[in-house]
Amino acid sequence: MKVQGKRKIWHDYQKEIADDHYYYVRSCIRQNFFPASEYYFLKILKDVLGKDVFDDPKHTTCTGIGYHADIIPFETIQTVVARHFALMTEAGYKNFAVSCVTSFGIYSEITETWKEFPEELEKTRIALKKSTGREFKVPANITHTSDLIYKFKGDIAEKQVHELINKKTGKPLQIIEHVGCHYAKIFPSKGVGGAEFPNVLTGMIEEWGGEVVDYPERRHCCGFGFRQYLVQGNRGYSLANSKKKFESMKPYHPDAIICNCPGCTMFLDKWQYVLSETEGKTYGAYGSGIPVLTYEELAGLVLGYNPWDLGLQMHQVDSEPLLDKMGIEYDPEKKYLGKKDQYIGQPCNIVASL
Amino acid sequence: MIDFGFTLSETRTIDYEQFDGRLLNYVLQNEPSFLTCLSCGGCTATCSAGNLIEFNIRKINLLLRMGEYEGLAREIDKCMLCGKCILICPRDINIRNVVMLIKKGIVKYKNE
Amino acid sequence: MIQLSMKKNILTIGGGVAGIEASNILAGMGYSVSIVEKEVTLGGKVNQWHKLFPDLRDASDINDYLKKRVKQPEIMVFTNTEITSVKKTDDGFYAKSNRAVGFEAHAILLATGFDVFKAERKEEYGYTIYDNVITSVDLEKQFKKGGAIHTTGGKTPKRVAFIHCVGSRDAKTGNHYCSKVCCVTGVKQAIELSHLLPDAEIFCFYMDLRMYGLEFEELYKSAQEKHNIQFIRGRLSEASENIDNTILIKCEDTLSGRPLKMNVDLVVLLVGMEAGSGTHAAGELCKLNFQENNFLACSDIHLGRNCSSREGIFLAGSCIGPMSIPETLDNARSAALEIHKFLSKN
Repeated sequence: MKVQGKRKIWHDYQKEIADDHYYYVRSCIRQNFFPASEYYFLKILKDVLGKDVFDDPKHTTCTGIGYHADIIPFETIQTVVARHFALMTEAGYKNFAVSCVTSFGIYSEITETWKEFPEELEKTRIALKKSTGREFKVPANITHTSDLIYKFKGDIAEKQVHELINKKTGKPLQIIEHVGCHYAKIFPSKGVGGAEFPNVLTGMIEEWGGEVVDYPERRHCCGFGFRQYLVQGNRGYSLANSKKKFESMKPYHPDAIICNCPGCTMFLDKWQYVLSETEGKTYGAYGSGIPVLTYEELAGLVLGYNPWDLGLQMHQVDSEPLLDKMGIEYDPEKKYLGKKDQYIGQPCNIVASL
Repeated sequence: MIDFGFTLSETRTIDYEQFDGRLLNYVLQNEPSFLTCLSCGGCTATCSAGNLIEFNIRKINLLLRMGEYEGLAREIDKCMLCGKCILICPRDINIRNVVMLIKKGIVKYKNE
Repeated sequence: MIQLSMKKNILTIGGGVAGIEASNILAGMGYSVSIVEKEVTLGGKVNQWHKLFPDLRDASDINDYLKKRVKQPEIMVFTNTEITSVKKTDDGFYAKSNRAVGFEAHAILLATGFDVFKAERKEEYGYTIYDNVITSVDLEKQFKKGGAIHTTGGKTPKRVAFIHCVGSRDAKTGNHYCSKVCCVTGVKQAIELSHLLPDAEIFCFYMDLRMYGLEFEELYKSAQEKHNIQFIRGRLSEASENIDNTILIKCEDTLSGRPLKMNVDLVVLLVGMEAGSGTHAAGELCKLNFQENNFLACSDIHLGRNCSSREGIFLAGSCIGPMSIPETLDNARSAALEIHKFLSKN
């Protein structure tokens, strides 16, 4: 593999990412399944990097899941998005930072639609005025929060406490990166590095000392997609996509998987459990699973935050093997204890029982 | 085992790695003109059986070249051996012989 | 400045197949011709080829032919020279070059040729990223160098895939047209490869097979019959690298309607032709019209193939569009006749 070829493509696909003063919109799934991710994202941006991020309690879901499942019509989602832009305008911001990749796809899709079809923009202005009385401006810059971490990866590297290196062997960790479909596949120019060889997570991982694994099914969708997995009987179809990825990455013995889309993280994490129960297969070393992390959790780990504060115990696949490799200290007793040392419950065991 | 309420979808990709070439090689050795088939579909268009039941001789020949033998034994019996396909083939392939060889080959390799 | 004779002068920009052939015909008719070539040697792309379709004759035959054709007293050759400006004069044109040489000409012939499509623009195929993805131009170089064909790991390939339509017939690259000669190049190279790798499985993944020329269809049939080359109708969607450096390719076998994946040791991309940088530069300097596909526009697609959009400036060869070598020779000869017709009138 010639990495220079990739670097040339990354050089060609550069994207404008705003410097400071962001209006933050949260993700439905990331909040629920990876509870500390967004908290630590805000902490890193505000406390470590000194940026101004506005976390607005008044915003709602972008309704992307509903839109992609044909439950929410296009006019409705345009108005919901317009309301968020109105809230942003009222708070005095111009830069929009989106936590979820699907949302990012929705905001990009709608703003592009408004560019090509200005009549839709006018219709939406009228709809928003009628329903809420608000007015809005289209943001100057819409970025995904992984783009922000990518942009400031150097600053984070300066304050890094742990490197992405296997302390026992001294070699960089073999990390698989998985970028959400709606990040770059719809508008390749809106993704750092384009659609074929995305750079947003690769850049972070390499900056912090790790090594990225390129495996044949790297580009393949994890199967999330909304439409197909909403009905329980269809989930085998979604699952087959993740399984394809796992089978393809197994020979490389990866140490961890990093995703920027909350849906992908959830899928790749939880499907390993389902596959171990139904097929008896695990894909990590020594019969365990491969830890799946969000990029905020990864940034938090390298900056030295407590893994249990970062919410790693909420993941289906245990992250301890990764923590041990990195030489991060953690208290196993405190894993399932909350802030007041109360027991908070735990996921089912990942190791195959077949 | 837990019942999750769904079953894993099977792949429908032709995986060229899982190819048992014995039947194909038998046919090709005995009817080498079959190598020049370009899947024009003329044979299927004129086929006596194919215009009444679901029998696609072009597709059967193509799938044979890919090593996809599933259901081949049942399908190939639908051929009426009328020979119309030979009349139209622009590459002069003796398709009737290909069918006979497939039948012979299936019996030959069934027990191996 | 060039010392002029009393004969009429023609400036030929481009010293490849078209430029040399047209210049020879014109010299034979009594004109004085200057050939300006930006590269160090004459001959153009044919210098890179090893064997030519459809009969697999040596490309060096064409080189030898061109060397003889250019040896005329009325032809002056200026290699390593580029034209930098073209001005209209009362008699014709005056062109300056990047060397201390200027040219007075009664007519200009553009024979600036094509460029090969840069396969790295098709990111999903991984050219320049994955070791065992090469282009047909790379493969031809290996044939010319001689010796065994190996993967970058030093292995003898057991399975090779040729991918047709790389850079042509593709909205994503902006080249909607068909480059015509890549399909038959693929068949030719597949046959050559089967001689060097008799045990290998060789596949060609095509959208349509353009076997338009004399003996092309027969070459295709013999590729299937005598060399066991398998043709699968389906466009390559993406190529990825496996852990052992083999390439995983994903296509659809459109004729059976099912997706197909296979591991191959070597992928050869059949790259198409694009309007060359020389064609672009010369066309701009001469203020000519271009076609939508970036090649130079002729005055009439049926009846004025060698005439550009300006009087006195003529076109020959693949600066007009993709062409094979026999067609380029035909076209160059007709360009010479058009120029003669034009100059006889004045």
